[in-house]
Amino acid sequence: MTSSDAAGRPVVEMTGISIEFPGVKALDQVDLRLFAGEVHALMGENGAGKSTLIKALTGVYGIDSGEILVDGAPQRFSGPGEAQAAGVATVYQEVNLCENLTVAENIMLGNEPRRFGAIDWRATRRRAAEHLATMGLDIDPSSSLGSHSIAVQQLVAISRAMVVDAKVLVLDEPTSSLDADEVARLFTVVRGLRDRGVAILFVSHFIEQVYEISDRMTVLRNGARVGEFPTAEITRAELVSRMIGRTMEVLDDLQVRTEHTVDPAQGSTPFVRAVGLGRRGGVRPFDLEVYPGQVVGLAGLLGSGRTELARLLAGADRADSGSLELQGRPARLRNPRAAIGHRIAFSSEDRKGEGVVGDLTVRENIVLGLQADRGWLRRLPGKQVDEIVDRYVRALNIRPADPDALLRNLSGGNQQKVLLARWLATAPELLLLDEPTRGIDVGAKAEIQRLVADLAARGMAVLFISAELEEVLRLSHRVAVMRDREKVGELTNGPDVGVDDVVELIASGGDH
Amino acid sequence: MTTVAPRGRAARAQGPGGAPTRGRARGWRIDRRYLPVVGTLVVLALILVVGGARYDNFLSVGVLANLFINNSFLIVLAVGMTFVILTGGIDLSVGAVLALSSVTAAYLLNAGLPAGVVVPLVVLIGSVIGLLIGAMVHVFEVQPFIATLAGMFFARGLCFLIAPESIPITDETFVALAGWDTWVAGQWRVTSSVVIALVVVAVAFYLLHYTQFGRTVYAIGGGEASARLMGLPVTRTKVLVYVISGTCAGLGGLLFAMFSRSGYSLTGVAMELDAIAAVVIGGTILTGGTGFVLGSVLGALVLGLIQTIITFEGTLSSWWTKIVIGGLLLVFVVLQRLLAVRRT
Repeated sequence: MTSSDAAGRPVVEMTGISIEFPGVKALDQVDLRLFAGEVHALMGENGAGKSTLIKALTGVYGIDSGEILVDGAPQRFSGPGEAQAAGVATVYQEVNLCENLTVAENIMLGNEPRRFGAIDWRATRRRAAEHLATMGLDIDPSSSLGSHSIAVQQLVAISRAMVVDAKVLVLDEPTSSLDADEVARLFTVVRGLRDRGVAILFVSHFIEQVYEISDRMTVLRNGARVGEFPTAEITRAELVSRMIGRTMEVLDDLQVRTEHTVDPAQGSTPFVRAVGLGRRGGVRPFDLEVYPGQVVGLAGLLGSGRTELARLLAGADRADSGSLELQGRPARLRNPRAAIGHRIAFSSEDRKGEGVVGDLTVRENIVLGLQADRGWLRRLPGKQVDEIVDRYVRALNIRPADPDALLRNLSGGNQQKVLLARWLATAPELLLLDEPTRGIDVGAKAEIQRLVADLAARGMAVLFISAELEEVLRLSHRVAVMRDREKVGELTNGPDVGVDDVVELIASGGDH
Repeated sequence: MTTVAPRGRAARAQGPGGAPTRGRARGWRIDRRYLPVVGTLVVLALILVVGGARYDNFLSVGVLANLFINNSFLIVLAVGMTFVILTGGIDLSVGAVLALSSVTAAYLLNAGLPAGVVVPLVVLIGSVIGLLIGAMVHVFEVQPFIATLAGMFFARGLCFLIAPESIPITDETFVALAGWDTWVAGQWRVTSSVVIALVVVAVAFYLLHYTQFGRTVYAIGGGEASARLMGLPVTRTKVLVYVISGTCAGLGGLLFAMFSRSGYSLTGVAMELDAIAAVVIGGTILTGGTGFVLGSVLGALVLGLIQTIITFEGTLSSWWTKIVIGGLLLVFVVLQRLLAVRRT
């Protein structure tokens, strides 16, 4: 199916695309080519720039420099409407349709057939039914969209895209909330469109799906293009390592890893033991044990279910299968409060949204968790607050060392340390750290890693989630590997375990 | 491939032994989207039955005809409000704009301007205030609640600036227009205000159901971000709904001036709340996306009928109207809530 480069001019050719947000270079000289009759996968970790690139193509974002050619003609769309008119249609991850309207309307809205200036409803329904039929979808066009499953809604969204006779169809994470059968159905439709000559840009975290459906792929990392590869010519392991990048950092002087030769798991009761714990749409049932004094690393690509797993242990989501034991006794975590009551602390990867409060001071942020734990009526004495805050500001080397600084004025790394301090102040026995070092500088990263190692040495159980495999290996006694929302394997860390072993496990899915 | 009947109800509605034909057994099966409106219709019928049983002459043609005559301006306000609420917004300015429009009409007619100039002008005043509010909502991203609250104070203040006391209207053309009526089927009295109100309803119905603008209104209510990504003209539509609501308020002021033959700065205080009540009782959901303009008309008629009943009762304080409306509102909001819960 793959058309060779000589087969013709690409339908879409983006060259040297750069987009800068305040303080961040979101895209740096990125190229992308889409050919007719080809499924092109866009790969990369979160934050690699996939969404930004899509939005640059569809006119949601303006580009700072670079050129977009559609059918050889330079284009700069000022919005999704214009892009659609030029034949570039997009189906977004969250189905962006209106559930309050009928299926027919969602497909035809903006392109309704008219008679004497008024919308011709009968023709609208008929045309919608025709489009649904080409998708192999037999649903009543006048039923309301909200009454259908997400999978059907996704197909309806694609039908909508095809109304405008799209030459280019962008599918942004279309499979993230579909089950296996629904994915198969979606792929049948996608192949059908491909065979009709539509150029398809497919974005997904699911590596297997990418290999199943795509003909060619472009890999992005940190806003830059790593390369373009025919899917058949790149192995899974190669792809994963290109997505992650192997940036060996100046952290190896930490020597943390050598301390971990002895696994503290021997002979004691695990602090947490999960058996078959899972949640539909979140993470498939998994088994996991974390012992006091042990660091368990969770490796896997973003979207592989790492965060979902941690949220189950933190009571942020409720499990719908399996059981959980805490310190040998069965327990159910109905909400985060229950987890906190069991001395489980969860430091979210979404620092801004679910973690720190930017408009409060460092001091207030640190004692927030402790105060909540005591109840609002028993105010912490000011002296005790100062003592706690002072201790953590010093221990974690929070800069500036001013308890009265507003948190939003701190750098990302220092905000992370404050968040960590808040949880440490509550003296947890299990610490769930989701991407604690993402987006922070090397120095702060090293300090946080050292701190995690120290805490474990003093008997705390830690679940450490990070996209950086080196970091996971440096800190963990054991490494659990996640892929496609499933725990696919576990490694005991040791001097002879390297990043390649983990990459291989991620790539092969544990079936070797 | 999946065959998805829209609702389980569809299958049950086939009747005994009916062939299981997929699709729409249209006509007598009630789509759940229309349920709230049907609820309003039932309430309306109930009030009519109760009123007819308690009082002589209640179910007379005269009473029903007067129901439309006395509530024509409320119907027009409710129609405008429906557009705004369908997008998920709210318009608190309509009562004050109605007052401004009627006071301006009275003042200008008194000053000797011909009715042919004054009538379109006062309607236009409403449109302009609506446009300003729409611009505030869009350009400065002010909450509709606050923007229209500002519009309300602004319009009310202008009223007093123009004339603090009531101005009678004596212009002959205007009085003739206001006094024009005709008898449908020999018994049903229809005044010019009723004709205007019904035309407004018809135009609104056409706009909402047969134009892209109208469908965009619904789409915005269903999800503004989605509507934007679907490439619909969200911005223009959002501004336009306030223009429509303002225009309806201006027109409502005209109707009120025709109804009362005067203009007074204190008319229409809290009338925006009556309009909102009519829309909600008519089955439109405040978060937007669901509802029908005909429902709002029914809602306005329900409010009018309650008023009529209390007049017929004679001994009751007219404030009972408010209490009954309050109770009804509560019932309808709870009903909508239940429908929404069952949907998810």
